[in-house]
Amino acid sequence: MTALLSIGELLDSLESGLRQRLAERGIERPALIGIRTGGVWLAELLRERLELEEACGELDISFYRDDFSRIGLNPRVQPSHLPFETEGRDVVLVDDVIMSGRTIRAAMNEIFDYGRPASILLATLIDLSARELPIQPDVVGQKLALSGHQRVKLKGPEPLRVELIDTRQQA
Amino acid sequence: MIAHGSTSPSLQLTHEGRLKHFLTLDGLDRAMLTAILDTADSFIEVGERTIKKVPLLRGRTVVNLFFESSTRTRSTFELAAKRLSADVLNLDINTSATSKGESLSDTLLNLEAMASDMFVVRHSQSGAPHFIAETVTPGVAIINAGDGRHAHPTQAMLDMLTIRQHKGGFEGLKVAVVGDILHSRVARSQIRALNTLGVAEVRVIAPATLLPRDIESLGCKVEYDMSHGMRDLDVVIMLRLQLERMEGALLPSEREFYRLYGLNQEKLSLAKPDCIVMHPGPINRGVEIESEVADGSQSVILNQVTNGIAVRMAVMSMAMSGQVSERVKARPAEVRT
Repeated sequence: MTALLSIGELLDSLESGLRQRLAERGIERPALIGIRTGGVWLAELLRERLELEEACGELDISFYRDDFSRIGLNPRVQPSHLPFETEGRDVVLVDDVIMSGRTIRAAMNEIFDYGRPASILLATLIDLSARELPIQPDVVGQKLALSGHQRVKLKGPEPLRVELIDTRQQA
Repeated sequence: MIAHGSTSPSLQLTHEGRLKHFLTLDGLDRAMLTAILDTADSFIEVGERTIKKVPLLRGRTVVNLFFESSTRTRSTFELAAKRLSADVLNLDINTSATSKGESLSDTLLNLEAMASDMFVVRHSQSGAPHFIAETVTPGVAIINAGDGRHAHPTQAMLDMLTIRQHKGGFEGLKVAVVGDILHSRVARSQIRALNTLGVAEVRVIAPATLLPRDIESLGCKVEYDMSHGMRDLDVVIMLRLQLERMEGALLPSEREFYRLYGLNQEKLSLAKPDCIVMHPGPINRGVEIESEVADGSQSVILNQVTNGIAVRMAVMSMAMSGQVSERVKARPAEVRT
């Protein structure tokens, strides 16, 4: 597999990619929404880097997951918090890792219950390309191909770091 | 009367300790009550959105089974189920099948045949929801919406949510429940919840004729004199005088009761200045509570109603979730056999 970039490199690549996308679309005042927990940390960092004044939204997708019939409700659900109206806004949805795409589907369903945004861009730090739905990020820090026994996780918020976990060593 | 002893914990909890029915607060620990309040907090946020609906119980059927009439409780359960995207069937059994001679068991079998996933039960007999939970098909969740004089756990939990919102927590709080304790299933559940959540002191203030004999065993102090009982209170919960349930001369008169135990501005001024006033409703103005107090700045009575929807959403989704997790666990075993 390709070597994992450092967190600084990942963030640089995410920021420059996002700047480019926003410029292409002529978006000057995007509304940043992070998915709990990792996505919220990243949204906050991107907000600082892009020098946006508006606070970030925080999304808890527990009520929108498609696996309630299999695993039930997340026992530690927290309220979502969007400090702005999403109606007509250009939203940047931020998450740490995209894999199946199901989290993003749930997040988009939730966002639409607050109002109808003008557009949504998806920014993820790491893309694991194991998609089960036709959902692709617009901006990615790094694309990784992991072997079956590897997992990747964003830990934080201080210090923010990406950890590669080998499930064989844990067992 | 349907017999009910203490509910065994296994009846309302899964092997992993998750809620699968919600019948009573007995046997639920502080962590579980806190989890219910935390989940309800998230549903409060949902209630503030343009679209006040989440897809958690989409495609599931909730039956409101009310053997005793109710407006507020039934409508908030209905709204809670609808905001969870469930399909809701409201059955007012008083005016329905049982009057045609159908037994409770037959009514239930028919409803189960309609592939219901949850029964919300109110019954004038203590223990009816327990009886149903013991006999219902596995996978169907039972929620107690008030049974006889026994329990009204969702009302108690919405009261706890209201207290936590206004006081930040439970530590150090002095709380009084005032009035018709004898006929009140709400009071029993409230006292249980307050003690589990660790308030400093629970008082009941009532005439001796409106107190059950074993009341102190629930963990509360008894006060017969309201002026004395109101001192240092952080929360005062007024109960409705249940005149329709009173057999025999328990009260000299309504007017006399109001003079001694009705909450007016003067009595309220004996409590802490930031004491909140609660009432499960429906309120009888001039019987338990003066209008000025019910509508005053210390009253949180209407917050209680809003919180009722969120708490019922929390309990319904947690119980359904527990049923789901148990069913999933049962599946591999079925395959093996």
